[in-house]
Amino acid sequence: MTILAQSNDENLSQILARYDHNPANLLQILREVQESQSFIEADSINYLSQQLGISRADIEGVAGFYSFLHLQPQGEYRVLFSDNITDRMLGSQLLMEQMCQQLWLQPGKVSEDGLVSINTTSCTGMCDQGPAMLANGRAITRLSHQRVQEIGQLIRNRTPVADWPADFFQVEDQIHRSGPLLDNQLTAGDVLRQGLLLGSKAIVDVIKESGLRGRGGAGFSTGLKWEACRNAQGDARTVVCNADEGEPGTFKDRVLLTRQADLVFEGMTLCALAVGAQQGFLYLRGEYRYLLEPLQDVLQRRRERNLLGNNILNQPGFNFDIAIHLGAGAYICGEESALIESLEGKRGVPRNRPPFPVTHGYLQQPTALDNVETFCSAALAIQLGDENFRAIGTEKSSGSKLISVSGDCPRPGIYEYPFGVSVKQVLQDCGAVNTRAVQISGPSGMCIAENEFHRKLGFEDLPTAGAFMIFDDSRDMFGVALNFVHFFAHESCGFCTPCRVGTSMLKQTMDKIAAGHGTRHDLNEIEHLDQVLQISSHCGLGRTACNPVLHTLKHFRPAYENRLKSLDFEPAFDLDGALARARQMTGRDDAGAHLKSEGI
Amino acid sequence: MSDTFQLDGKSVPFEAGQTVMQAALAAGHYIPHLCYHPEFKPHGSCKLCTVKVNGRTMASCTMPAEANLSVESDIDELNDLRRTLVQMLFAEGNHFCPSCEKSGNCVLQALGYDLEVHTAGFRHMFPERPLDFTHPDILLDFNRCILCELCVHASAEVDGKHIFAFSGRGIDKHLIINSTSGQLKDTDMALTDKAMQVCPVGVILKKRVGFSVPIGQRRYDKSPISAQALVDAPRTGAVHE
Amino acid sequence: MSKKLKIATTSLAGCFGCHMSFLDIDERLLTLLELVEFNRSPITDIKHCSPCDIGLIEGGVCNAENVHVLHEFRKNCKILIAIGSCAITGGLPAQRNHLDLSACLTEVYLTEPGLAHGHIPNDPELPLPLDKVHPLHEVVKIDYFIPGCPPSGDAIWKFLTDLIAGKTPELGHGLINYD
Repeated sequence: MTILAQSNDENLSQILARYDHNPANLLQILREVQESQSFIEADSINYLSQQLGISRADIEGVAGFYSFLHLQPQGEYRVLFSDNITDRMLGSQLLMEQMCQQLWLQPGKVSEDGLVSINTTSCTGMCDQGPAMLANGRAITRLSHQRVQEIGQLIRNRTPVADWPADFFQVEDQIHRSGPLLDNQLTAGDVLRQGLLLGSKAIVDVIKESGLRGRGGAGFSTGLKWEACRNAQGDARTVVCNADEGEPGTFKDRVLLTRQADLVFEGMTLCALAVGAQQGFLYLRGEYRYLLEPLQDVLQRRRERNLLGNNILNQPGFNFDIAIHLGAGAYICGEESALIESLEGKRGVPRNRPPFPVTHGYLQQPTALDNVETFCSAALAIQLGDENFRAIGTEKSSGSKLISVSGDCPRPGIYEYPFGVSVKQVLQDCGAVNTRAVQISGPSGMCIAENEFHRKLGFEDLPTAGAFMIFDDSRDMFGVALNFVHFFAHESCGFCTPCRVGTSMLKQTMDKIAAGHGTRHDLNEIEHLDQVLQISSHCGLGRTACNPVLHTLKHFRPAYENRLKSLDFEPAFDLDGALARARQMTGRDDAGAHLKSEGI
Repeated sequence: MSDTFQLDGKSVPFEAGQTVMQAALAAGHYIPHLCYHPEFKPHGSCKLCTVKVNGRTMASCTMPAEANLSVESDIDELNDLRRTLVQMLFAEGNHFCPSCEKSGNCVLQALGYDLEVHTAGFRHMFPERPLDFTHPDILLDFNRCILCELCVHASAEVDGKHIFAFSGRGIDKHLIINSTSGQLKDTDMALTDKAMQVCPVGVILKKRVGFSVPIGQRRYDKSPISAQALVDAPRTGAVHE
Repeated sequence: MSKKLKIATTSLAGCFGCHMSFLDIDERLLTLLELVEFNRSPITDIKHCSPCDIGLIEGGVCNAENVHVLHEFRKNCKILIAIGSCAITGGLPAQRNHLDLSACLTEVYLTEPGLAHGHIPNDPELPLPLDKVHPLHEVVKIDYFIPGCPPSGDAIWKFLTDLIAGKTPELGHGLINYD
């Protein structure tokens, strides 16, 4: 065995020890291997396979599922430009081109000297301070021509990312309007003390009475969920906080985790008390890797204050602790059952439901899984009492809601409103003018046009997980839909036929229209694919993947029709272009060596 | 006395723990399916068996049977959907039936026949998928893989070998082999494995055997898959967990 | 009895197997001829289409000439039918789609052993190959598809008689085949 191999095995065995040699921690183990080696070598997989008792193919399968894990050598510096439509609107594509030129490489490829690779990645959650990128996993905001040039220079000089100027990594909260969540002056432990006075059953009752509904978008009653978990048969209960904030245009959980981490953990611990859980996880999206250490510090502080661990607040038997698991670049893991699979160290494929996580969640045990903002709101409901909580917002949407505003407006950032605020009001507050459309709740949500700006955010009207992307009248809404369609095709887990193949075909057809080969026939095909996705997809990703196209077609049909060759049929490829190779090989350029599109 | 649900207006009895598909097949009612195999726990990836349960569409192979459900299956809307899903699978892989050893015995093809699918219709993706001919007895032609998972389950749950797994995501999802080389020759796969028997299409093949049954006498030459699927379905029987 | 329907047929990147199978309808050809007359087709040796009711095309699209012929058919035929595996999927010729065309031409005409002074044919009379082989429906709109390699005479007969009778063609068990 070479010295190099030995030190690799040592490194791996340290990582394995940190994760108790537990196969359920496979994703975390792989993530650390990736961080230490820039890619996961075949030998490492063999070693892990031996040590964990999982087949090497299963390990490779897990690594192959997540965008941030690599099985092939990558650049020493791995640069990923956030590719949300808001990044693009701020010029990200030009900046990426600039960087590729500066460093002499093509997107998606490793430079010949192995120094750097540049690619795009799904929205990194920095939409209000984009364009953004990840450099070796670290978030960088506010990219400009100059900043990109500086980064290129640092890479050329092989300056370690840790030594890059700190202001590159500055992530601002940008709170423009706050309310009971963001202004919360929680003294850590207070809510738990209140909870202990109430007792676990009464906590559930208060949460039920408060009318709190899940903030991840689906809007299920949080109290009912906790009650179901509490009543479910099982040996060990788990509380999971979904901080896999992957919906493009959403970044409010990032701000809560930065500003109000104690409130998040307080809510989780409260939930543990209510349902009788001893184990908790925060599943943090890989893009927010930089939050890991600060959050771990908060957890440690809470342990020291007896707010986590055994006999919390000296209550005998109130034992609960929280571990943080990081995602690794897979939007689908925001879906609760896929998230649980990922927590168990597997490919993030949504499960068949029923059974639901409340009865069969983490390791098939009862699991209460809620969004970051939901846990904060649960803590708030206990602070205020159910009546006062219900007094905020509307009848069916109680409490306040964080909105992540981005796109065409002078004041992007976080706005906290009571539920029921109108789209118009938000637009006014952020200073948006000449607004053509707003994408509510991200690509999987709704695109609404001016005639609907009177509508209100809330479960009665416009349910939202918080994304609020603004497009003014200079924007091409076809381009917006195209970006979202690419996003879904990239993020489909590939489990079911309709989503795996359908999102890819949708992408091909939209690309065809974008390339100027579109016809009415293609619009019909899009509508057909949308229908198939909607009725037969395994999970919400496929079922909502058609929304961007359906909604923009409904409101902005001319944006599509103007691009069509007004023909019945047109190939997806350029006929004359398809002869270019043969022309080159034969040296011919006569009339017979060309074809023109005849559009019939 | 067991409970019943309604399937296309007919009463279907079921036992606790059965899914809609299992109960329907046991009672002699066919619901088109592809990735469902009566000996394995259903996972519901192909979606061919999509039915409407009380108005909502869901995969019948994984949907637990419940008393008084109203299930619709043999209706135009769902048969159109099934047709499209078969077309998607044909367009996704490289399915060249005339040269496939499995032709005539292929479930995907038989479903296409039964659903009167005349063309993939969509643009063919012509993916790049290598063959694995390294094993002395067994050939793998990934061009035809429809990602049904059956070989993965058979190898893990019956053979205890874990020879197959999935890697990649979305349209790049693909079958991988459990060896450092990634080749089948470096596994302990054997002709007697259950994994040899479950591939519904022509991916996992015995070498030196091809076109052994003349056209006209192959399985689905004789009668349509809808007529044969019920024979396959054990009325009761063990399911590999 | 109304006017006879006009039918045109051709083979692009195909093997004429589908045409041979068409002839397998045997004596029913005479019945068919009472209903239809043949325009451009290997059967008539008419070189170009005039306006027709039905066009039957076997073979996929692999070169520039195929594109011209396909366009001619689409322009002239009210109903265009792709017949056989190659027309519907690209078929055997499409097995080259995973190869690079330049590499193919280089190997066949330049580097293959035994080629003295090899050169890639560049006579303007020869149609240039497309970089990929396409099924017909990727190049023009196709109205119907008769699968099979080749479809049997019975399948072709059933399909055409359904169509001529104004019914949606259905093949059913035994007649629908992909091989």
